Amino acid sequence: MSGGARTSAPHLRMTGMAVSRIHAEPDIVVVGGGLMGACLAWGLARQGLRVCVLDEGDIALRASRANFALIWVQGKGLGFPAYTAWTKAAAAAWPQLASDLKSDTGIDVGLDQPGGFTLCLSDRELQANVDALKRLHNQPGAVAHPYEVLDHGQTKAPLPSIGPDVSGAIYCPLDGHVNSLRLFRALHTAFKTGGIDYRADHVVDTIEPHAGGFVLKGAWGEIGAPKAVLAAGLGNVRLAPMVGLDAPMKPSRGQIIVTEKASPFLRYPIVTVRQTDEGGIMIGDSEEADSASLTIDHAISSVMADRAIRMFPLLADLNVVRTWSALRVMTLDGCPVYEQSQSHPGAFITMAHSGVTLAPQHAYDLAQAIAAGAMPDEIAVFGTRRFHVPACA
Amino acid sequence: MFRRAPDRIRDQVTFTFDEIPITASGGDTVAAALLAAGIRVCRTTPASGAPRGPYCMMGVCFECLVRIDGTGNRQGCLVPVQEGMKVETQKGSHVLSAEPAP
Amino acid sequence: MTSITGSEAAHTVKDLAEAYDVIVIGAGPAGLSAATAVSSLGARTLLVDENQTPGGQIYRSILLAQTADHQRLGKDYWKGREIAETFLRSGSQYAPATTAWSIGPANDDGGQLIGYDVGVSAEGAARLIRARQVVLATGALERPFPIPGWTLPGVMTVGAAQIALKTSGLIPEGRVVIAGTGPLLYLLATQLIEAGATVAAVLDTTPRSNWLKALRHLPTFLTSPYIVKGLRLLRTVLRRTKVVRWVSALSAEGTGELNEVVWMAGGQEHRMPADLLLLHQGVVPNVNFSNAAGSKHVWDEAQLAFRSQVDEWYETSVPGIAIAGDGAGIRGAEAADLQGKLAGLGCASRLGLIGGEDREQRASSLKVQLTKVTRGREFLDALYQPCKAFRVPQNPETIVCRCEETSAAQIRASVSAGAIGPNQMKVFLRSGMGPCQGRLCGLTVTELIADERGVSPDTVGYYRLRFPIKPLRLRELASLPQSDAAKIAVLADLADTHRSKTN
Repeated sequence: MSGGARTSAPHLRMTGMAVSRIHAEPDIVVVGGGLMGACLAWGLARQGLRVCVLDEGDIALRASRANFALIWVQGKGLGFPAYTAWTKAAAAAWPQLASDLKSDTGIDVGLDQPGGFTLCLSDRELQANVDALKRLHNQPGAVAHPYEVLDHGQTKAPLPSIGPDVSGAIYCPLDGHVNSLRLFRALHTAFKTGGIDYRADHVVDTIEPHAGGFVLKGAWGEIGAPKAVLAAGLGNVRLAPMVGLDAPMKPSRGQIIVTEKASPFLRYPIVTVRQTDEGGIMIGDSEEADSASLTIDHAISSVMADRAIRMFPLLADLNVVRTWSALRVMTLDGCPVYEQSQSHPGAFITMAHSGVTLAPQHAYDLAQAIAAGAMPDEIAVFGTRRFHVPACA
Repeated sequence: MFRRAPDRIRDQVTFTFDEIPITASGGDTVAAALLAAGIRVCRTTPASGAPRGPYCMMGVCFECLVRIDGTGNRQGCLVPVQEGMKVETQKGSHVLSAEPAP
Repeated sequence: MTSITGSEAAHTVKDLAEAYDVIVIGAGPAGLSAATAVSSLGARTLLVDENQTPGGQIYRSILLAQTADHQRLGKDYWKGREIAETFLRSGSQYAPATTAWSIGPANDDGGQLIGYDVGVSAEGAARLIRARQVVLATGALERPFPIPGWTLPGVMTVGAAQIALKTSGLIPEGRVVIAGTGPLLYLLATQLIEAGATVAAVLDTTPRSNWLKALRHLPTFLTSPYIVKGLRLLRTVLRRTKVVRWVSALSAEGTGELNEVVWMAGGQEHRMPADLLLLHQGVVPNVNFSNAAGSKHVWDEAQLAFRSQVDEWYETSVPGIAIAGDGAGIRGAEAADLQGKLAGLGCASRLGLIGGEDREQRASSLKVQLTKVTRGREFLDALYQPCKAFRVPQNPETIVCRCEETSAAQIRASVSAGAIGPNQMKVFLRSGMGPCQGRLCGLTVTELIADERGVSPDTVGYYRLRFPIKPLRLRELASLPQSDAAKIAVLADLADTHRSKTN
């Protein structure tokens, strides 16, 4: 399987990069080494392919580094029931992924799926959330997920530290979270055991069809393979048209607040507040469609901090150590895009903003489909055709 | 470990460290006052529980973290001592007062 | 309000105006002089100082110092007094015990940059203050000195002992060992000895080979102001304590606290019981603020550190943000004072308070003086360049990131696992994610990665830092102004339900 001839690759040696394996002729090139690309690469290698990952350098947009580490099912798929099903399947498959990564690398990614809460700070908020879930469950072809609507008292039982402003919550037993830094580390460490050729500082400038496959070029040189996957997140917009693909995205900027480590007080993830297994609290989340700038807007930080304190008053004295701002990989309807190019078969595009939740789907089902070169229905439904269908009146 | 130059003792300020009364000089930071009293361990780390004490005295190392009047993780080298201050060892990470979740 | 802080001192953030022409951050010589210079030209100026009284680190507590300190601390320290007093007499507002934690661009409705919002915090309350120009004068910090056992209580920096001496008149007692390299090493040893400390040994880690490299800068050095001072310091120390040269390895040992210092010299291991180990191997620019503000940084091969790229008026690559003093490259206190004045002139001209010709005229003698006081710098930089063994830990168990307790071995292992730069390294090991924000590990991590990859530190780069560059409490963040757009960003169509309790 991993027999690719070792070549002397002078450009690699000059940069002194530590590569664990060099494939002269990979079976597939994955463009992008973030969460999407890493999960796919790992999964494709398990399918028996020789995989090469081309990643950017140390300072890059890297949307998935700014993740909130949630494995979140509740509320997903309004307007797109197949997405609800896909997300439920992901949550169910997470224990397998965690276990496989543990066997491959010895790293425990800290998976915890105790269920999660959306906390509401007014009756109207609670009602709006309940209404949205009702619409989700009543839509044509709806896929249901379990959930409970709780009042203040019922929320206080599992979450004793909530403040008096919490009017209630929606609880979904399928929700959870993971230590996303260890997930990244596990995937990258697993590259070695899987014989994956991972190359950082390899920004892809162009991708073109060549000899029945593709050749990808950059300042570092070029590489050819019969198949290529565009998993470059925000970079997909530039690359997609080169291989007859579409990367329909809309701008979406988000901010996160990170606090110092605190003694454990919150095991359950809240959609906007979670405590990592190392103790730090992460607070989110915001969405702006009109900002491409990554400077922090403190007015947004203030609203998020204010809400977090109203949800959990004891957070007020914690030190904030970092605020993040990042652009999401947000498709036009917020649901994933997975597609094989019709004009350039063998070229694929994969995009999703819920890279943590969907990690097992990418690592298993999607990798399998890409390796086989054919998308089953439950994946084909995420093609870009859906954006071309005229909206129903 | 440190003694005070006799010409530098200003007005006395008394505070407690883990309930032990300590006399400091007005103008001392909490960290300096602890060092002057022979105390050089002021916290244990969140990662491993290792003992740490003031290292840089200028607010960049974050080793001199102590709990002051109930607020945790304060940099002792940036806080001037006050009469009656209650200073405590910062044990591990910032303690949140509520009970842990089930 | 005492005269130490002047009549213009702001004691809480409520005392501050909504906006100033210039906000200066840091009250060392560069900050004090920049504020004095620009306010004397008519700019409405605020100086934000984390400490209680002006002076920064080098002139720490200068206004509280008595005559006995003049004897103890030397005449260079005393120069700071005039700089601080001049500042307090200037029209600037002074905000002591106030931490600046962020700088964000402020744009008008057309999207044009009109200034900056500086986040400040004092007495547990935060505010955003507008400035048309910002001068960072955040100075330097000690180069990390990662040796096995450096996290043991009882191991501190030489700077720490100097601060304890200046601010509280504390003199180390017991078995005191001073170790490292650099001009400040002998300066402090002298100060401590004159103050009555029993210094058991000075372990000099200056590599022998540096003398050869420094030799070509010797002629300039011999005509510089440093030479006389340097020789005098050296003589004092040699006379009064044991000096060990060419120390090639160093470690601190003890269970829970420092007990013994161990070193290698002349191919042999030596041990000495110790109560206090003071480490120093030079100072490096404190880049956290300028980095987070987006200034371009360059790797200085002579000083083996990153510093902000600046023009002749100390403006960084970010328009309207200047950095002067050691923060822009280590040149010492006298240079910092002059750079502060030049940066002040740069600000004043960008604000339209003085014209180009006027600026050139005022600057010319300052530039001449600057060349004079920095004469001999290359010699010192070359002579005191810490050797690689003390910058890139040889013992794999050495803790590199003190906050997260990450070792050199773990960092090297992560490079081969794919962490080719310090920002990927953060993801792998959390190094640099602790409260000190890389101040004590950044350079070590960069150099370790560079060493492991066989490339230059310049290629590897540095941590990308983010605001707040000093912590503030969550409730302080929650008390900042909340716009309608912000509520929509967080709550979408439920934005109208958000009523802040903390405002």
